[in-house]
Amino acid sequence: MSKLHVTTTVNGDEVEYLCDPRETLLDCLRDKLNLTGAKEGCGTGDCGACSVTVDGRLVCSCLMLGVEADGKQIETVEGIADGDVLHPLQKKFIEYAALQCGVCTPGVLVAAKSLLEKNPDPTEEEARYWLAGNLCRCTGYDKIIRAVMDTAAELREAS
Amino acid sequence: MDYHSPASFAEASALAENATGITRFLAGGTDVLVQLRSELVTPDTLIDIKKIDGVHDVTRNADGSWTLGVAVTGAEMSEHPELGRDWPGVVEAMDLIGSTQVQGRATLTGNLCNGSPAADSVPAMVAAGVTLSVTGPGGTREVAVEDIPTGPGRTSLVRGEVISAVNIPARGENGGDAYQRFIPRTEMDIAVVGVGVNLRLDGDTIAEARVSLGAVAPTVLLVKDAARAIVGTALDDAALEALAAAASAACNPIDDKRGTIEFRTEVAGVLAKRTAKVAYARAKGEQA
Amino acid sequence: MALDDRKSIFSFVGTRPDRPDGLDKVTGRAKFGADMSAPGMLHGAILRSPHAHARIVKIDASKAEALKDVKAVVTRADFADVPFKPGLEGEFYNVLENVMAGEKALYDGHAVAAVAATSALAARDALKLIEVEYEILPHVTDVDKAMAPDAPVIRKGAADYSVPAGMHPNVVRYHESGHGDVEAGFAEADLIIEDSFTTEATHQGYIEPHACLASLGMDGKGELWCTTQGHWIAQKTCAALLGIETSQLRVTASEIGGGFGGKTTVFIEPVALALSRKANRPVKLVMNRSEVFRATGPTASASMDIKIGMKKDGTITAAEGIFRLQGGAFPGAPGDMTAMCAFAPYDLTNVRQVGYDVMANRPKQAAYRAPGAPMGAFAVESVLDELCNQLGLDPVDVRLKNAAAEGSKASYGPTYERIGLVETLEAAKAHPHYSAPLKPGQGRGISCGFWFNHGGETSVSLALSEDGSAQVMVGTPDIGGSRASMALMAAEVLGIPYENIRVTVADTASLGYNDVSHGSRVTYASGLATIKAARHAVEKLCERAAVKWGIPVEAVKWENGCAVPSGPNAGDFDPLPLADITADMGATGGPISGHFEATPEGAGVSFGTHIVDAEVDPETGKTSITRYTVIQDAGKAIHPTYVEGQYQGGAAQGIGWALNEEYIYGDDGRLQNSIFLDYRIPVASDLPMIDTVIVEVPNPGHPFGVRGVGETGIVPPLAAIANAVSNAAGVRMKQLPMSPPRILAALKEK
Repeated sequence: MSKLHVTTTVNGDEVEYLCDPRETLLDCLRDKLNLTGAKEGCGTGDCGACSVTVDGRLVCSCLMLGVEADGKQIETVEGIADGDVLHPLQKKFIEYAALQCGVCTPGVLVAAKSLLEKNPDPTEEEARYWLAGNLCRCTGYDKIIRAVMDTAAELREAS
Repeated sequence: MDYHSPASFAEASALAENATGITRFLAGGTDVLVQLRSELVTPDTLIDIKKIDGVHDVTRNADGSWTLGVAVTGAEMSEHPELGRDWPGVVEAMDLIGSTQVQGRATLTGNLCNGSPAADSVPAMVAAGVTLSVTGPGGTREVAVEDIPTGPGRTSLVRGEVISAVNIPARGENGGDAYQRFIPRTEMDIAVVGVGVNLRLDGDTIAEARVSLGAVAPTVLLVKDAARAIVGTALDDAALEALAAAASAACNPIDDKRGTIEFRTEVAGVLAKRTAKVAYARAKGEQA
Repeated sequence: MALDDRKSIFSFVGTRPDRPDGLDKVTGRAKFGADMSAPGMLHGAILRSPHAHARIVKIDASKAEALKDVKAVVTRADFADVPFKPGLEGEFYNVLENVMAGEKALYDGHAVAAVAATSALAARDALKLIEVEYEILPHVTDVDKAMAPDAPVIRKGAADYSVPAGMHPNVVRYHESGHGDVEAGFAEADLIIEDSFTTEATHQGYIEPHACLASLGMDGKGELWCTTQGHWIAQKTCAALLGIETSQLRVTASEIGGGFGGKTTVFIEPVALALSRKANRPVKLVMNRSEVFRATGPTASASMDIKIGMKKDGTITAAEGIFRLQGGAFPGAPGDMTAMCAFAPYDLTNVRQVGYDVMANRPKQAAYRAPGAPMGAFAVESVLDELCNQLGLDPVDVRLKNAAAEGSKASYGPTYERIGLVETLEAAKAHPHYSAPLKPGQGRGISCGFWFNHGGETSVSLALSEDGSAQVMVGTPDIGGSRASMALMAAEVLGIPYENIRVTVADTASLGYNDVSHGSRVTYASGLATIKAARHAVEKLCERAAVKWGIPVEAVKWENGCAVPSGPNAGDFDPLPLADITADMGATGGPISGHFEATPEGAGVSFGTHIVDAEVDPETGKTSITRYTVIQDAGKAIHPTYVEGQYQGGAAQGIGWALNEEYIYGDDGRLQNSIFLDYRIPVASDLPMIDTVIVEVPNPGHPFGVRGVGETGIVPPLAAIANAVSNAAGVRMKQLPMSPPRILAALKEK
């Protein structure tokens, strides 16, 4: 089976890979680029653990083919921190214990960052609906939502 | 599986016509990839139509009608400053599909061509009177939304045909549409019942109406009896009850993991009332 | 220094520092089960039965084996090669039978063959070429039907000694317990309510599917990396199933993406090892979500009959329960646990409970957070609520009136030591939630819940470094922040900063045996072990100080991280900080470490009380949870934020179980909803904030008073929500989940 050559940008770095057309972007990130931060929790777009942004748009990387990433700008959890400076969401998630097992956390962080970029002042309800596609089985979402809301408030104060 | 990304619909159509085995078009991919991954459908030929010129455009035409490219995502529809003012029901129906992440990819045409009787955007499009441009080996034809699905997972499109645009009529004065669905959770579910209502008022009286139901029959239904129940009324209680009765009477649902026959039949009536009230308020300019 | 001295004033315990693994978990750096690779690695995939019950007539894998990308195909025959352990028995046999079908496929999703190939796609493609000839047999998936005389027999001879004569062979274990005279008790009652209840099977729903990376050579030496709640049980089980020596298999636990009991056994690990042995290369095997639902261990489904008698003043005169649990095609459904927990919150004169373990054509059940307890609590607490309603009594007052306390004889036999149920009920009564007004259409429910908690085999090793920092090796995978709790407890004993302690989940080659992270045991047992290991190290630190000062060791005590002279030598020497002792420990007697290896027995039972408000849409039967408060006894909260997290998580899972989650089987015996789209766990927009109250009634069995907190939190929600919904809807809901179609149907029958 012939593979397809893809050139794309991930977290600012230009990368290339060869992929079978059946392989998803998530497969390519994890298996070809060794970026294992995004997780496969379901493979059907129902859990959000594989969330990334593509050209600034929040998507499930399990619902996009690797070949479709050609020429795109991909951002993953590995790119959220700025060098050795954590993103405020990352700090708040640790501070609030907004994770227990931590496997949903990469997807939740990517989705929450996308929310705050689009809506710096979300209501609790807006935050809950925005994150409805990010399943967390450990926390009951309470501390996640609190961490997101507090980060939003802090970012608003800082700006 | 072969992957193609043609530059025109004519090319896409020709690829599909000449392909052997199973062919799928890839727009948002939120259904195609799920079926691929779960090995329900492994296409031999996958035709990505996102690189065709214009497929990402939302255009308001001179006559007030709208043309949407086939790769316009739910998120792009929701973010559009004017589309939702004209057709809030169509936009909210699309917006209800899946998560924020799915909204970043999913499209009206994909939702339609997946052929699910429970597709959220389809009842809203049927109520709105949406048509599709279908490009095939013989050129392009225009087809009403309700004529596309023929049963669960099946459409009336023939080999070599591909939907090339979504056409939404001009809103016109004193009109309003709405879509509501029932799901057990608040998000992320497939509709157990969906209702689309589109109407136009003459004063307080409903002059025209289209009512459609999803997830209660093998295809989305355009329920003319339900529309007749409210046309000529000001949506008073008697009209609402008649609407509910007509909606319930039109149901031909199944018992499945998502709901029972009794539940779907009953709730179709309940949602028809609720949805009609919203469409009515929108037509009067009382509600966004 | 006495090792059993108990402590109640703390410097570190009870604070809320950042978890040690926080950075790894927010940057994507933490390595979970599927995140590991090895040079030369192959990818595995498993072929699964589409039939609920079928004889495997023939498996022809020749076409798959002929593919150049395929390096190994295994079937059950590849596990029968057991050179020095012929014939597996008991649970090892059950697990082997579950991970790879023998003569029969016993449920939809049962593994029948597996492939290792050069890519994951190639492996899945190869599965399609394996031809299996099945002879389809009659099946049964419902617990009551599985006990009926005409039910198909799943496996003859699976029943143990406890089952009374004359029962269907699918009934494999029987439990009966209680005390007093229930008939005499019912005769004293002013009101008796007798009713039947059912709950469906649910899944733990951890977001990380099972995943492993296995390497096993023909020399019988192996390495296994896997996501597990307990790598020693994985080691022991895999070794038995592969016929190798336990110690030759080194198992490393990855970070674990949720378990809740579902990762306390093995599913794919022995298969990956068998593939690796046959291909002579490392094999990675990762389940997809559908495989997780079809072929791992959901909870049992239950059918229950409850009878409770009460006096007009709320005194329970007698209680009786029959609990029938279906746990898949193998023995193990926790009918005994359900029976023992159901009435445990109450001090009853007359009580009798019966539990059945029933087999059906479903996947082998596994533990799920207080396994068995939530179902029984649902049935019992629903009847209690109905008694309160009919007698016009306050549900908290009635529970307080009957609440078990220190000295009460538990319904399941023993006499309680110090317990905190009354304190949780008093906190519920005083909580503003309990007296807040309800809106029309809303109802309030409360429920109590009980769980035993567990100690289990535990080893911890603590080593001090020359610079005065400490490393703690524990053997219980960190599912929800336990490294932080261990570090806090070690800091408390050593008197050095929390940040100077590194807690590592050690592999099986680096530490003695550890029971699984289950039974709410980690903070209790690994915590106790950490404290005792630290105290062991402190003894040695004191000895070194005594040598330096030339005084008897009895005259040295440990305070705030320093050795301090005491008794007649008090004030003779300056306090000697830990780092000053470790700096030259090589010269003063060698490395300083502390150890603990034992099976702590004083886990300390745990109780909780939940308050829930629910709103029911009378036209659609849809329920919204509008307010939720969890009150639970933690004994002592080591890291209160993570204790709250356990309470909130348990409540959220309970909400899912109560309202929407269920295994749905078709008439064909196939699972209908094996993806998250249709197995509906709560999403963020479904839930309110979940308030918590941590009650602290110290556990006499732990040096700092800890009781496990992980499991009790899922026991009350089913009942509390059912009571809230029933009170909102005005009709008693007796079947879980309370999905909208069921509620609407109940409203119509009202």
